[in-house]
Amino acid sequence: MNIPENWLKSFVNYKLDIGKLAHLLTMSGLEVESCAPVAPPFSGVVVGEILAVERHPHADKLTVCTVNTGQDRRQVVCGAPNVRAGMKVPLATVGAVLGSLEIKNTKLRGVDSQGMLCSARELGLSDDHAGLLELAADATPGQDLYQALALDEQVLTLKLTPNRADCLSVLGIAREVAALSGEKLIPCEIKPVAEKSPAQHPFKITDAEGCGRFAGRVIRNVNAAATTPVWMRQRLERAGQRSIAALVDVTNYVMLELGRPLHVYDQDKLKGAIDVRWGRQGEKLLLLNGQEVEVDPGVLCITDDSGPIGLAGIMGGESTKAGSDTQNIFLESAFFFPEAIAGRARRYNFTSDAAHRFERGVDFDNNVEGIERATQLILEICGGEPGPTVDRVERLPARKPVRMRVARAKKILGIAIDASGIEAVFRRLAFAYQKDQDSFIVKPPTYRFDLEIEEDLIEEVARVHGFDNIPAHPPHALAKMRASAETQRSLHALRERVAACDYQETINFAFVESAWEADLAGVTNPVRLLNPIASQAGVMRSTLFGSLIANLRTNHARKLGRIRVFEIARVYLRDIAAVDGPLSVAGLRQPLRVAGAAYGQALDEQWGNPSRAVDFFDVKADLEAICAPRRLRFEAAAHPALHPGRSARVSIDGNAGDEPVGWLGELHPRWQQKYELPQPVVLFELEAERLAEVPLPRLTRPSRFPPVVRDIALLVDAGLSAQAFLDAVQAERPAIVQEVKVFDLYQGQNLPAGRKSLAFRVVMQDTERTLTDGEADAARDALVELWGRSLGAKVRA
Amino acid sequence: MSVAEKKYAGKAYNSALEKIEAALEARRGALVLAKMEARLAEEALDVTLPGRGRGRGGLHPISRTWRRIEEIFGSIGFEVADGPEIETDWYNFTALNNPENHPARSMQDTFYVDLNDAEGKPLLLRTHTSPMQVRYAKMWVERFRHAEKVPAIKVIAPGRTYRVDSDATHSPMFHQVEGLWIDEDVSFADLKGVYTDFLRRFFESDALEVRFRPSYFPFTEPSAEIDLQFGAGPLKGRWLELSGAGQVHPQVVRNFGLDPERYIGFAFGSGLERLTMLRYGIDDLRLFFDGDLRFLSQFS
Repeated sequence: MNIPENWLKSFVNYKLDIGKLAHLLTMSGLEVESCAPVAPPFSGVVVGEILAVERHPHADKLTVCTVNTGQDRRQVVCGAPNVRAGMKVPLATVGAVLGSLEIKNTKLRGVDSQGMLCSARELGLSDDHAGLLELAADATPGQDLYQALALDEQVLTLKLTPNRADCLSVLGIAREVAALSGEKLIPCEIKPVAEKSPAQHPFKITDAEGCGRFAGRVIRNVNAAATTPVWMRQRLERAGQRSIAALVDVTNYVMLELGRPLHVYDQDKLKGAIDVRWGRQGEKLLLLNGQEVEVDPGVLCITDDSGPIGLAGIMGGESTKAGSDTQNIFLESAFFFPEAIAGRARRYNFTSDAAHRFERGVDFDNNVEGIERATQLILEICGGEPGPTVDRVERLPARKPVRMRVARAKKILGIAIDASGIEAVFRRLAFAYQKDQDSFIVKPPTYRFDLEIEEDLIEEVARVHGFDNIPAHPPHALAKMRASAETQRSLHALRERVAACDYQETINFAFVESAWEADLAGVTNPVRLLNPIASQAGVMRSTLFGSLIANLRTNHARKLGRIRVFEIARVYLRDIAAVDGPLSVAGLRQPLRVAGAAYGQALDEQWGNPSRAVDFFDVKADLEAICAPRRLRFEAAAHPALHPGRSARVSIDGNAGDEPVGWLGELHPRWQQKYELPQPVVLFELEAERLAEVPLPRLTRPSRFPPVVRDIALLVDAGLSAQAFLDAVQAERPAIVQEVKVFDLYQGQNLPAGRKSLAFRVVMQDTERTLTDGEADAARDALVELWGRSLGAKVRA
Repeated sequence: MSVAEKKYAGKAYNSALEKIEAALEARRGALVLAKMEARLAEEALDVTLPGRGRGRGGLHPISRTWRRIEEIFGSIGFEVADGPEIETDWYNFTALNNPENHPARSMQDTFYVDLNDAEGKPLLLRTHTSPMQVRYAKMWVERFRHAEKVPAIKVIAPGRTYRVDSDATHSPMFHQVEGLWIDEDVSFADLKGVYTDFLRRFFESDALEVRFRPSYFPFTEPSAEIDLQFGAGPLKGRWLELSGAGQVHPQVVRNFGLDPERYIGFAFGSGLERLTMLRYGIDDLRLFFDGDLRFLSQFS
């Protein structure tokens, strides 16, 4: 919303400079975004009158003009196509400064030029560069252009919140300025314009729950082709509204001035009586913006015998539009309930100034005033004979008195304001109020749609009292100790652990390409966005793999050879079994995951390390370090994203039956190729919330007796996993066996076909006494026997 | 030899022997020393060569801010909550006093997904962390359903949020932290105190000004926009918009399951990106989300 200062001053004569005014408004809740002069600074530009135009002797497109400067005559060479004798235009005299341009005496193609005739763009007034800026015919030659065009004006640009529809006009802002500055509001002189014709147009309100009030007036024999006067054009343009044609300009002017939207119909195009009613299924309407819309019973319409001729409170229709040849007009000044208008324009994918106001609330007390103001302006500009103003009131919004307790205001705001302070606020705001013991009872004005409950009034008190005048209490609270549970690891701690394993955290968008989901999660029915910002961001991810691979690609493209990234984020999974709960939404699971990707060398290039590519076991060790002291269990399983021979399902604490906690593996070579990564990628993804629990350490006393170690090398079936041997021990472990570890793997030509060799180190200890060699050997033999029996393993000779 | 002679000769012998042994010992020592020195010289390293082993990654700058905010608010007893990002219309809007078709909804352009809630309305990506206010408060009130007084609700809810907006200064995904303090007497003056203190601790500077100015949000009243101004540095003297806040609207308190006559308090919502950018001098929002390690590794 743009408010030209002089227009504002016609309603309230404040004494503040513009900067202070802007601050005052901003600090009362009407944010002033900017405050700028209507024209950039320039000097030496005056009104010039073109007395004669001759062709340039050496250039077809140039003319040589004789210009009256008010004092003398000058010769100026000009290239504008619209130049003609008799017109008044801006003349930049010799010595004038326009931005960085200084005007000098010059010769253009051999002809002297003493100055420059200017377009609006050359002066920085607008983008118009089609020709010279034509000034009013009665402009005085020689007058400084700043005065001639009243350029010495500031325009305030306000960013209004949706609750303050009452401020969507010059009057509205003026009311606010008056309340804040203590100056008086100068009422707009609106005298009823006497009727000069009995002409009326019939109308009715069928659906009063949408339209509470409708006022109309016929004006006959207007000159719709009249030119909008310069002063009005100027105010409109400075308020951000382009001048279109006299009648529309008047309605826009009244809307900007009083906040009162109006509509003009060509009365001769109306077919029978106007009726305000809900739309009917199948009815169509061509709007003024050229858009054809289909209405329905949820859309309030202005109709006549032909059907809808306008979307009530939003936009008129093409069929009854007033054009330059219109003779007789019908002016509409209605009140539409915000609920009947809200969201409708948006439904049709456009918005209008009227809709913007009506959906927020328009004063229902100034319908007639608006018509009178418009009539007065139309008669001034277009002439015509007005008929009587017909005003029909069906139903108006209730303005229930609102009670505000002084004590409640003090408690909520935390200030020591008393009744007289509050009364001063209400008086400034010109609210109708009564005092009732320790309360005020306020009757909200018809232009305020945001005063319904006690808190609404408390807010008024706060903002006029001034937020700056509310103290800042240092927080006080019970000094109660708070410590997080020792057995819970926070996401931040998890982040730190992953980062400690040399992964850099990234944060990626939750919406991704649907191909990533299909490729990397095997999800063909992901949660889709109905209105994505781009088709490559159309689905919600069910795995973080896609985003991490994108991170690898980004950095690989920037010539990084070794890349290790991770992310902790939610993923989104359809789940018909999921129900609404305190922290869940039906139909979905949204678990937090931690995922990482490692690419390139295992370690940074280093003088003493042989260079080798990162592999499955490097990242497996990372996972074990991240999750320690909890133990992970890995079992070969297939995942759509991963190399089928190099992927593992991960679970926690070694219970085979446990719900898996995630995946580790090498990216499938197919995807490695598709996603153009020249080296293998190792990926992991785990359920982050499942990693939160960590055990509280409980002491087991170390044995005082020395351990005995036995190594066992086995020849086993090449297809057996090392885990199978450990699991077998778990089931039948001799009591003295403390630990069994795989320490060597050998696969080579000197082994029988289909066999490999696994070597285990067995640590044995007794808590009560020193073990004898015999006991250790017996335990070793028991293990060998066990492995032989259950897994067909033989001791390697 | 006589006894005396023997005695003398023995002494001389012993003394000579001692001398020889001492000389031998000295020589042996010197040899060992020389050998050790030779070995040490041979074993000397170029200590300026790089160390070996795994390096260290780092956290995202937003995560640093996130953790810091949790620590600061945790120090005065705020809990931390987190919940769903795909939300229902009720939690994201209606419960926060923002009914359908309300013009305030256009303040936040919303992403919708192809799933409906129980009322047949499409689920959406939360446009702010405020739904967590309602979820957490409802859980809290339920927990103390039989208590004579519901203990103070003090919680922050940091997390991801989404709006249909993508340009140099808007990202379709961003982070907010929501704060909520409800008790029998938590006033707007307390909001000013707590938030001002937070900003001074966050930026580790008492030389910053905090300004509260009236604004509008459907779920708070009075509502405030919080602006910050640094007393030093490149942004000195400029008011920077930082957060929205206010006293929780009585209808929202009712939606928590509490009586607004008895329980009042404040809520605020701040953008983590904004705080992070101001803290570390980051001038381009897009850097946060394009995964460029040259940028991210600076925050390790």
